[in-house]
Amino acid sequence: MNKPIIELKDVWKIYQIGHVKIPALRGLSLSIHSGEFIAIMGKSGSGKSTLMNMVGCLDIPTKGRVNLYGDDIASFTESDLAQTRGKKIGFIFQKFNLIPTLTAFENVMLPMIFQGIPFEERKKKAQSLLSMVGLSERSAHRPGELSGGEQQRVAIARSLAIDPEIILADEPTGNLDSKTGKMVMDLIIKLHKEQKKTIIIVTHDEDVAKYAQKIKVLRDGLVIGQKK
Amino acid sequence: MIKDYVKFALKTLKVRKTRTFLTMLAVFIGIAAIVSLISLGQGLENAISEQFEALGTNKIMVSPAGTFFGAVGDSVSEITEEDLDVIQKVSKVKQAGGMLYKMARLEFDEEVQYTWAIGLPTDESGDVINEIATFNYVTGRELKESDKYKVVVGIRLAEADIFDKEVKVRDKLKIEGYEFKVVGGMGRIGNPEDDRQVYIPLETAREVFNEPDKLDIIMIETTKGASVPAVVEDIKKELRDFREVEEGEEDFNVQTFEEMMETFAVVFTLVQAILIGIASISLLVGGVSIMNTMYTSVLQRTREIGVMKAIGAKNKDIWILFIIESGFLGMAGGIIGVLIGMGLAKLVELAAFQQGITILKAQFPWYLIVGTLVFSFVIGCLSGLAPAYRASKLKPVDALRYE
Ligand SMILES: Nc1ncnc2c1ncn2[C@@H]1O[C@H](COP(=O)(O)OP(=O)(O)OP(=O)(O)O)[C@@H](O)[C@H]1O
Ligand SMILES: [Mg+2]
Repeated sequence: MNKPIIELKDVWKIYQIGHVKIPALRGLSLSIHSGEFIAIMGKSGSGKSTLMNMVGCLDIPTKGRVNLYGDDIASFTESDLAQTRGKKIGFIFQKFNLIPTLTAFENVMLPMIFQGIPFEERKKKAQSLLSMVGLSERSAHRPGELSGGEQQRVAIARSLAIDPEIILADEPTGNLDSKTGKMVMDLIIKLHKEQKKTIIIVTHDEDVAKYAQKIKVLRDGLVIGQKK
Repeated sequence: MIKDYVKFALKTLKVRKTRTFLTMLAVFIGIAAIVSLISLGQGLENAISEQFEALGTNKIMVSPAGTFFGAVGDSVSEITEEDLDVIQKVSKVKQAGGMLYKMARLEFDEEVQYTWAIGLPTDESGDVINEIATFNYVTGRELKESDKYKVVVGIRLAEADIFDKEVKVRDKLKIEGYEFKVVGGMGRIGNPEDDRQVYIPLETAREVFNEPDKLDIIMIETTKGASVPAVVEDIKKELRDFREVEEGEEDFNVQTFEEMMETFAVVFTLVQAILIGIASISLLVGGVSIMNTMYTSVLQRTREIGVMKAIGAKNKDIWILFIIESGFLGMAGGIIGVLIGMGLAKLVELAAFQQGITILKAQFPWYLIVGTLVFSFVIGCLSGLAPAYRASKLKPVDALRYE
């Protein structure tokens, strides 16, 4: 098999609140290859989001290594990390996390602005992404004027704005009812099938898990089980 | 890139209108005060220097020590006709004339009012005064040499602003109990005090007020091409000799109009600087208020900042975004401030006009407007420095977790 694009080796993340140390990850190791669809499961507090933060370059481990395309992210400056996130990783959050003052269209354009992509190109890309998620008509609307499902679809469009290879989704349907949740999940699965994106998704949904090529089950900051 | 950030910042300000408006309050009060003060000050300064310039640079004024620029006070010393004689003999003095100011009791149509009566020389020594004062007579005629107990009235008397009835040419007016015949009406000078004066022949004034030889002010014109400072020195020297005072202890002032203008400008600039300093306190409050708003904004938008960082914003990007927003918050205050300030200045101008002060015209030079806007933008940016720094330093994970 070819080299993994993401590799976690003996990763520890210890949060400290006052004198209390909370180990969220305790020597976790994990490899992710290009084009994989990986589901992360586990009880609340098991360290799923913490793991996603490491993979997404939002945080660096207390101990151990996180390699992204072979580079140790701990050696990156804050600005390098931002750059890496902006260029290589698309985020989909449980709480949608759109910028409330911007329209759907502008939200989708935002990652491209941070990459300095010229307006015309940005506009074309944002329009095509919004039409892909079926929201062309709502592009001038602000998040507050959209339903949860619609907001999450805008967020998916945004995560694709800079054509990342990796998409990270932390409970993307957690705030949606089952019907809209299914619609959002179908969209994410489509990204994997049709666009060959590497997808890492935290989910409690058995159907999604069924689709996944690998399922990692976490408990107390460790992978305790692997299905498939 | 920056253009997008500007758009983003403006959007935020627009969406949060109430917050924006409240924050700007102190800024625009300060800016409004500064704009109105400067525009009125500029207008006043222009008007006055215009008047000084019209007088020409070859004019000299002599007054008793302790008076300043036409303000007639209780000076200890006096100048008299004898001083005038001395001055007239100084070389390069083309002509010189003196005036007498007296507070007078006026009686007209059984009504009594008090105003300044000015004794004007009616011989050729009055020419220099006429030239300097640029009197214009709108009705009747000016005083002439043969006139006795004749009076020219200020425009407010002619407009029935002082007495109930208009004072017209050929009317009879009592000054200090003596009957005078009105021969002319003066045009508007633009200062309500000056516009209620009456002018009588100097000789008559001497009889009426029992002032045999006192003068309050002497106006001098030098011959063409003469060095004015040199003539001033000569006059000072001759007057010292005549009045038997030492150099440095003169009990009289010899001033050129140029000097007076400079003195005026210095005093004026000082007063203006003090007023603007006071107005700046409001700007300081405005700055603090912007800072406070920006801190709150950083707190409220912590998640948003986290999201932006997650999707590729560098610390620098966040910093710029917040600085721009803060700068525009200041500038928005500036724009409203400028508008209010201009309105205020126009209002003062109008109110002054209604009080008879017609020389005051508020000036709005482009550099005042642009300068003020840039200034308010800079204040905004400065106030945003610390909050923007805090925003830029937020850790993406922490910011995303923020509820
Ligand atoms: N910033 C933090 N400071 C302190 N403790 C933290 C922090 N982030 C996470 N933790 C703790 O680390 C542990 C793992 O948290 P994490 O958010 O990764 O769990 P999770 O599996 O995503 O749970 P959930 O399903 O509820 O989202 C928890 O005990 C949590 O309280
Ligand atoms: Mg979680």
